[in-house]
Amino acid sequence: MSLIEQSVSAIHKQLREKEITVSDLVAASYKRIAEVDDKVKAFLTLDEENARNYAKQLDEALVGKTEKGILYGLPIGIKDNIVTKGLRTTCASKLLGNFEPVHDATVMGKIRASEAVMIGKLNMDEFAMGSSTENSGFFRTRNPWNIDHVPGGSSGGSAAAVAAGEVLFSLGSDTGGSIRQPASYCGVVGLKPTYGRVSRFGLVAFASSLDQIGPITRSVEDNAYLMQVIAGYDKMDSTSANVEVPDYLASLTCDVQGLKIAVPKEYLAEGVNEDVKNQVLAALKVLEGLGATWEEVSLPHSKYAVATYYLLASSEASANLARFDGVRYGVRSDNGANLIEMYKESRSTGFGDEVKRRIMLGTFALSSGYYDAYYKKAQQVRTLIKKDFDDVLEKYDVIIGPTAPTTAFKIGEKTKDPLTMYANDILTIPVNLAGVPAISVPCGLSNGLPVGLQIIGKHFDESTVYRVAHAFEQVTEHHKAKPQL
Amino acid sequence: MARITKEQVKHVAHLARLSFSEEEMELLTEQLDAIIGFAEQLNELNTDGIEPTTHVLDVKNVLREDVVKESLANEVALKNAPDQQDGQVKVPSILE
Amino acid sequence: MKFETVVGLEVHVELKTNTKIFCGCSTEFGAPPNTHTCPICLGHPGVLPVLNKQAVEFGMKASMALNCQIAEITKFDRKNYFYPDSPKAYQISQFDKPIGEHGWIDIEVNGEKKRIGITRIHLEEDAGKLTHSEYGDYSLVDFNRVGTPLIEIVSEPDIRTPEEAYAYLEKLKAILEYTEVSDCKMEEGSLRCDANISLRPVGQEEFGTKAEIKNLNSFAHVRSGLAHEEIRQAQVLRAGGEIQQETRRWDDVRKETILMRVKEGSEDYRYFPDPDLVDYHIDEAWKERVRATIPELPDARQARYISELGLSSYDAGVLTQVKAIADFFEQGLTHGAPAKLLANWLMGEVNAYLKTADKEINDLPLTPEALAKMIGLIEKGTISSKIAKDVFKELIENGGDPETIVKEKGLVQISDEGEIRTMIIGILDQNQPSIDDFKAGKEKAIGFLVGQVMKASRGKANPQLVNQILLEEIKTR
Repeated sequence: MSLIEQSVSAIHKQLREKEITVSDLVAASYKRIAEVDDKVKAFLTLDEENARNYAKQLDEALVGKTEKGILYGLPIGIKDNIVTKGLRTTCASKLLGNFEPVHDATVMGKIRASEAVMIGKLNMDEFAMGSSTENSGFFRTRNPWNIDHVPGGSSGGSAAAVAAGEVLFSLGSDTGGSIRQPASYCGVVGLKPTYGRVSRFGLVAFASSLDQIGPITRSVEDNAYLMQVIAGYDKMDSTSANVEVPDYLASLTCDVQGLKIAVPKEYLAEGVNEDVKNQVLAALKVLEGLGATWEEVSLPHSKYAVATYYLLASSEASANLARFDGVRYGVRSDNGANLIEMYKESRSTGFGDEVKRRIMLGTFALSSGYYDAYYKKAQQVRTLIKKDFDDVLEKYDVIIGPTAPTTAFKIGEKTKDPLTMYANDILTIPVNLAGVPAISVPCGLSNGLPVGLQIIGKHFDESTVYRVAHAFEQVTEHHKAKPQL
Repeated sequence: MARITKEQVKHVAHLARLSFSEEEMELLTEQLDAIIGFAEQLNELNTDGIEPTTHVLDVKNVLREDVVKESLANEVALKNAPDQQDGQVKVPSILE
Repeated sequence: MKFETVVGLEVHVELKTNTKIFCGCSTEFGAPPNTHTCPICLGHPGVLPVLNKQAVEFGMKASMALNCQIAEITKFDRKNYFYPDSPKAYQISQFDKPIGEHGWIDIEVNGEKKRIGITRIHLEEDAGKLTHSEYGDYSLVDFNRVGTPLIEIVSEPDIRTPEEAYAYLEKLKAILEYTEVSDCKMEEGSLRCDANISLRPVGQEEFGTKAEIKNLNSFAHVRSGLAHEEIRQAQVLRAGGEIQQETRRWDDVRKETILMRVKEGSEDYRYFPDPDLVDYHIDEAWKERVRATIPELPDARQARYISELGLSSYDAGVLTQVKAIADFFEQGLTHGAPAKLLANWLMGEVNAYLKTADKEINDLPLTPEALAKMIGLIEKGTISSKIAKDVFKELIENGGDPETIVKEKGLVQISDEGEIRTMIIGILDQNQPSIDDFKAGKEKAIGFLVGQVMKASRGKANPQLVNQILLEEIKTR
């Protein structure tokens, strides 16, 4: 087994006992990338020289050093919409192909303080708009379980890199399922934290009221380690919540005795693949075996979530992406004779089709005469969707269902019709609209492709989500399955 | 009936500072029409008197003190600028 | 046909905070280009705004001083438009929940009082500064000013003449200066004004089509621009034409407004609530804390000067227009200067000096105490009014203590009868022809003799005594 295919705690033990060095870990990460990334195409940018130097520095500092960062020496990959000072950050957009941030995202500051080693930046759907990483402006990432299939998206690179063993873990971002769905497709663990739990400062905004950064790992325990580092209030983010961060590792008790689970009938309805449904039901049986109970409930406004999401997210995006105008940074087209032409040329050649489509939709939804009918209406429906969750979570500890209606689809299968692609997010989107936390954990395979179990919790109750996910993981073998590359 | 016309799409494209070929415009009009048609299912819901949600969390009055922080040096501020002159960002003529 | 003019003013005022509205960059004016910027105000990918508390409180303070109701809940919205001076391609502004609404200002024009309504006051961020190349082939952008907090003050269309507009602006500026929320320097752009003007036939309720005038760099330009536009619109209407909804700019060289562009429908700014910022709830306690920082405002001060100090309404109005001058005046009073005399000096000599030297009263070495003392010396007869002008010149240019200056320069008035009489006898002895002229009825001759005495005393002789003794001595000859 490769060094970095082990858990955080196992690696830390070996580091402590001086069986391995940080340089060994970093070397193993780059070796694996050299071996498989031609196939997987998870990385957009590698930071090899800096990473190796930093590893050396950590190894040298280790002598006589007792206090170590919580992620000391561990190789991590970062989704390319999280800004990294001095290291190209593109959001997988041609428009930002040459952009070098002059500051670090808040989470990057925390990652650096934790002494994790940043390996490189990961591919994604351009500006996080997509569910398959096919919308990257540079190249498609492939699913390590079957390279003819998509890894999911938009954090496809983040999930694929972890599944392929290129890094120990990674950061992704989730606006409508962009951590959980690729985690599900790639058979890894991905958490979307409560909105406001993790600072968005330095996350290039797609839809500001929905975006959250979260960890993607191979196990629930590793996920808790990474979450512990990135969670917490940030005064640079007005929407960050000043709520105490509990000890997530302490929540991994394996005890789910008496836990009350709600299973929304809408999440096992028509459109959800039979295999997927059966795996989820089997997982519920496992949890029942551990002393939990489950009941079917309804989240009646679920069917409106996709439309609500596309209106709101696209509207916010139309403004968030307006700053990419070729003036202060990014690629400027030389073809414009005047300012307006420069704007139009730079943006039209820099952005891909899906990004342009959503900017158009959002601009339309906000434009004079349509605001009330589309944007405001969607905000009102959002209130109803949030209330659905509030009502259910008042009576139950968690909500459980599949993460996605199917396993990873084939590359090219859904690119023709945007609406079919959008519908794929039906089980993850409502969670973002309600702002609650949710995790996807592997719960089996279907035709050789992973199935993800989604566990949704109350606002700021990531601990219970982790406890349930961990209890399930401890008595099953699904997370141990590895793709053959 | 079309929910959005090609003329509207052209207008919206201008607002968003995007340009499309005629062919792209046709396809985009069709796709936006389908998406907006799909979005109109929201009209099934009566939302009279329902407060719109901008923020899911009840966070309010987030303020910072009026204390000066260090700014970027000029060359750092302009590091990524596609074109510059005399310490300023250079842009093409604003005349149409 | 007779027309009535309808004017509404939109005034942008930069708030005097240390830092920008959403980031910690300095708002200092005049720094080298792009040295007061950071990823936040440059609109770099991934940045987020955090609201400056001082900016909100200055906005509240200004709103209160302008008699507005303060919003219980206020919020920020994005106003979307592309321009190189707007880094995010949206301006964070306030759309439907401005910080203040329903205010007013009382003005006085030609002795007539009038109340001008204020529709709303909202907070927003300023844009950067564009410099266009000579041939218009490129522009340069300096982002230092981006994010400086602004309030926009929108008046009701209550203004009917260019003079009323001028009076409104003077009063608005005075109030804002009193509250110390802004420098209100038009020359530095910390106060900017756009004017909307339309005409309607007298008696008609409905407003006519309005034109907007921009590039108004002084209150005088606002007045001239409106006066010109009033005539232009009347000419168009009388000729049976129609006013277009358009933006014009004042050209101060040609002394006319010039068409910039015709507006086609209203601009589509696609306002929506900024999801990066939260709601702001303003409770009574917060309001009271801010209210307590508002000083006595010009109207109240003017009333007090009239009732307590017996100044005329005009004098009190002039003195209270600039807070620093009114403060100077009040300090002068505490050093014993009589109100009317002090007021005359401030409105006369001091004001004239400030205008010529282009200075603010607080920049002067002259202190209220020194001016009061100097007035005291005149009152006591220690120095003549003529000498006082020299003393004043010294004080206003170099400062110092008037008594010391008078002593050091030997400027004390000669009021000794004997000394003056000796001087006069000497002069009369040498000027028999003038005595003859005077006795022959040429009254003017006395003037010449007084002049000779003053010259001999180097201006220090008490003029009253000189007159008196001169007549006595002539009689004896």
